[in-house]
Amino acid sequence: MIKKFLKLFSNHTLLFTLVSILLGLIIGALILLAAGYNPLQAYGVMIQGIFGKPKYLSYVIIRSTPLILTGLSIAFAFRTGLFNIGAEGQFIIGSTTAVAVGYFLHLPMILHIPLVIVCAIFAAGFWGGIAGYFKARFGVNEVISTIMLNWVALYLQNFLIYTHGFQKPGGEVSYSIQPTASIRFLNEWKLSDEGTQWLIEHPFWRDFFKTPINWGFLIAIAVAVLLWFILKHTTLGYRLRAVGFNPNAAEYGGINVKKNIVISMTIAGALSGLAGAVQVMGVSHNVSLLAAMEGYGFDGIAVSLIGSSTPAGCVLAGLLFGALKYGGPKMQPAMGAPSEIINIVIGIIVFFIAMPQLIRLLLKFTQKKKETVTETVEIDYVG
Amino acid sequence: MPSKQIPVVEMKNITKKFGDFTANNKINLTVYKGEVHALLGENGAGKSTLMNILYGLYPPTSGEIYINNKLVEIKNPNIAIQHRIGMVHQHFMLVKPFTVTENIILGMEKTNRFGILDLKKAAAEVKELSQKYALLVNPDSRIEDITVGMQQRVEILKALYRGADILILDEPTAVLTPQEIYELGKIVHNLTNEGKSIILISHKLKELKIMADRCTIIRRSKYIDTVDVSKTSEEELAAKMVGRKVSFVVDKEPKTPGEIVLSVKDLMVKDNRGISVVNGLNLEVRRGEILGLAGIDGNGQSQFLEAITGLRKVESGKILMNGADITNHTPKEIFESKISHIPQDRQNRGLVMDFTVAENMILETHSNKPFSKNGVMDHHQIKSFTTKLIEKFDIRPTDETKIAGTLSGGNQQKVIIAREVTHDPDLLIAAQPTRGLDVGAIEYVHESLVKQRDENKAVLLISLELDEVMNVSDRIAVMFEGKIVGLIDAKKADMETLGLMMAGGGSA
Ligand SMILES: Nc1ncnc2c1ncn2[C@@H]1O[C@H](COP(=O)(O)OP(=O)(O)OP(=O)(O)O)[C@@H](O)[C@H]1O
Ligand SMILES: [Mg+2]
Repeated sequence: MIKKFLKLFSNHTLLFTLVSILLGLIIGALILLAAGYNPLQAYGVMIQGIFGKPKYLSYVIIRSTPLILTGLSIAFAFRTGLFNIGAEGQFIIGSTTAVAVGYFLHLPMILHIPLVIVCAIFAAGFWGGIAGYFKARFGVNEVISTIMLNWVALYLQNFLIYTHGFQKPGGEVSYSIQPTASIRFLNEWKLSDEGTQWLIEHPFWRDFFKTPINWGFLIAIAVAVLLWFILKHTTLGYRLRAVGFNPNAAEYGGINVKKNIVISMTIAGALSGLAGAVQVMGVSHNVSLLAAMEGYGFDGIAVSLIGSSTPAGCVLAGLLFGALKYGGPKMQPAMGAPSEIINIVIGIIVFFIAMPQLIRLLLKFTQKKKETVTETVEIDYVG
Repeated sequence: MPSKQIPVVEMKNITKKFGDFTANNKINLTVYKGEVHALLGENGAGKSTLMNILYGLYPPTSGEIYINNKLVEIKNPNIAIQHRIGMVHQHFMLVKPFTVTENIILGMEKTNRFGILDLKKAAAEVKELSQKYALLVNPDSRIEDITVGMQQRVEILKALYRGADILILDEPTAVLTPQEIYELGKIVHNLTNEGKSIILISHKLKELKIMADRCTIIRRSKYIDTVDVSKTSEEELAAKMVGRKVSFVVDKEPKTPGEIVLSVKDLMVKDNRGISVVNGLNLEVRRGEILGLAGIDGNGQSQFLEAITGLRKVESGKILMNGADITNHTPKEIFESKISHIPQDRQNRGLVMDFTVAENMILETHSNKPFSKNGVMDHHQIKSFTTKLIEKFDIRPTDETKIAGTLSGGNQQKVIIAREVTHDPDLLIAAQPTRGLDVGAIEYVHESLVKQRDENKAVLLISLELDEVMNVSDRIAVMFEGKIVGLIDAKKADMETLGLMMAGGGSA
C-alpha cells in the first residue's frame, strides 16, 4: 500500500521535479552572488533555520499544512480538467465558518471539533460547487467565476468581522474559537504536572511542542491518502479523471460530464475549506480583517504544480514550500540578505516545472543514449 | 515508374526500442526519386514508427539513414525539413481555430520590413502552390470548418510550402471519401511528375495497386520484402504482410431476420450550426440482420448516429429500442437498453487516450460488477477481463497497462471493437469499424459483425466504403440529405445503382 502510494510519484516525474528545484536553488545562488552575498552562507543559514532546532521543524510542519491542503484542492480539480483559482476564497469561507461554529457553539470537544470541520467543509464545498455549477449549466469558465468568488469571500469575511457579536471589541479581529474547538496538540496535557515533567525529561519534544503544532498535518496526510484512494481506486475517481482527460469520450461512455464537474469543484472547495478550518483551529483561533488575499490558495497552485498534481507530490511539495517560506526569510536578520530571494527561488522552480520542454532537453542532453526515458517523461507528465 | 533509379532515401538496419518493446527490428527501406513507395504491414507492425524516425520525431536505437547518398542524423523535424522531408501524420496536426493559410505558414512566417506578418503574400504563395498541384483549398477558411479531405490537402501543402521533395503520407486515405481518394491519387501523380518521391502507408491494397510503384512489407517489426507492385497480386501482398492467406469475401449463411429491434420514426436532427440535417428519417433494423447504411459523407449520417446514441438532441420523431421509447434518453440509459456503439471518431469519442487499455475497456461498465463494488474498483477483475480481450482480439502489444494513446492506430480501433462487441448488445452500431485496420483485422471485424448477426442480434453498419457495405450487409439503406431514399437487398445491389441513389437519383 505504502509502496504503491510512493510509486504514484513516478520516477521520471520525480527526477524532473528535482532538476527544477536544483535549478531554482542554483539561480537563487547566482542572484545572491550578484547582490554581493555568499550563497553558501545564505543557504547555510536557511538550512540551519529549517533543521536547526526541533522547534523549527515544528514550524515548518505548521506552515506546510494549509499549503498541502490547498495544493490538494487544486490538484484534485486539475485531474478533472478544471483550474481552481478559487482555493483562496474557499479557504476564507472555510476559516470564517470555522470561527463562527467554533465560537458561537458550546459543545464537548469530541463533538465540537468534528462539527466545526464538517461545517467548514460544507460551506466551502458549496462555495466551490457554485463555480462548478456555473460552468456545467452556463458554460462560465471556472477561472473567471472563481476569481470573482474569491473577492466575494474576502469582503464577506471583512463584513462579518465588523458585525456586532463577531468582532472582538477593540480589534479588527473576530472572537477566538472555544478551546473545545482547538486542535492544538495536547494543549492541556502540556500544562499538566505529568506533562511538564515528561517534557522536562525529553528536551527534544519540549522544544518541538513549544509551537502551535496541531493535528492539522496528520489530517492533511490522511486526506492525501484518501484522495489517492479516490482517484486510483474508486469509480468516482475514474469518472473524474475520464472527464478531465476527454469529456467527449466520457460523455460517450455514459458519464455525466456536467455532474462530475460540479462534484469535482465541490470536493476541491471542501479541501480548501478544510485548509482554512485547520488553520483556524490549530494556529490562529480567529480570523482578522483582510486587506488583501493571504495567498494560501495561490501558493497552493504552485504546490500542486510542483507536486505534479498527485497527492503524494502535493504533500512533499507542501513541505518544501513550507520549509522555504519559513527558513528563507531567516537570511535577512542573519546576514542582511533580502528574504525576497526565497520567493525568487520558488518562482524559478515553478517556472522550470511549468516549462517541461526545457528540462526535458536538459535531461536528454545528460543521457543521450537512453532516449526512451525522456519519452516516458512526456507521457507521465500528461498523466 | 521513374526511368533511372536514383535512391533519395535509404534507411539501413533501423531498430527502435520503446523500453523492452522492439517496434522496428533491423528494417531496410530504399526510396527512389520520383516513385511512390508503399509501406505495408499489419496494425502495430511499426510503419508509423519507422516514418517518425525518418521525420526526426524519434531517434532510432540503431541504424543509419542516408538522404541523397549522404549519411545524416535527423535529430528533429526541423532537420528533416532541411533535408526536404515532409510528413502528413495519421492523425492531423493542425491548429483548429487558425485559417488554412495560417496553418500552412505556421513556424515559417514571413514578415515585411516592419516585422509585421505578411499574410497577403503568404496567401498568394499558398494559392500558387495549390494551383500547381491541383490541391484545392480555400486559404481563408478555418480548419474547424473544412472537411477532413481538405484538412489533408492543407497538411500536404504545409509540407510542400516547407520545400519537401520527399513526402511521407501516413494512411492518407483512411479518413477520405471515395471521391477524395480519387482526387488524392491525382495529386500524388502530379507530385511524382515533378520529381518528388512519396512514401505512402495504406492498408487498402486496391489503392496501393493503383498508386504505388514499389512496396516494402513489414511484419511484426521486421523487414519482409520489397516488391514491384505491378507484378504482385493483392492476395500475394496480403499473404506477405499477414503471414497467412486472407479471405477478402465475407462468408455468411443466409438467415431470415426476426422481430424489429430498432425502429426510427420521422426523425429530425440538427447539426451544430442549427441546420436540420436529418429530415424525417424512417428506418427499422431487425434481429439477425446486418443493415448497411450507405451514403456520401455529410448526408446526416453522423448526426443520425449521435441522435440514436444520445449524444445529440432529437428535435422531433421517435426512436424505439425493443419497443421502448429511448428518444432523447441519456447515453447511459441508451447503453442500458442494450445498444453498443463503435464510434466513428475513435480518438475523440471512443477512447480516453491518456487512460490505459484496461481503463478504456471499462468505459461504460466501470460501475458494474465485477469491475467495481460499492464504488471501489476491482483492479484484478479489470486486469483479467482486459487480458482476455487483448488475447481474443489480438491487440498488440499484449500489455493492458499500455497507455491507449501509444497504441498504433489500428490497435486503438481494436480496443474499441473488443469492448463494444463484448457488451453483448441487442443492437450493435458500427460506424466505420474498419477504418485504418489491416486486411487481417478487417477480416476479423467482419467476422465479428456476422457472428453478432448469427447470434440473432441486430447490426447497423455505417461505412463510406461501398465495398464494405455491399460485402457485409444483408440489406442496404441509402441515405441522402437526411432521409433514407432507398432500401435494397444486398445480394441484388450493384455499385452503379447504389452510386446513383447515393447521389440522390433513382430509388428502389
Ligand atoms: N511512444 C511510444 N511508446 C511506446 N510504444 C509505442 C510508442 N509508439 C509506438 N509504440 C508501439 O510500437 C508499435 C508500432 O506502432 P506503429 O504506430 O509504428 O504501428 P503502425 O504500423 O503504424 O500500425 P497502424 O497500421 O495500426 O497505424 C505498436 O505496438 C505501438 O504500441
Ligand atoms: Mg500507423
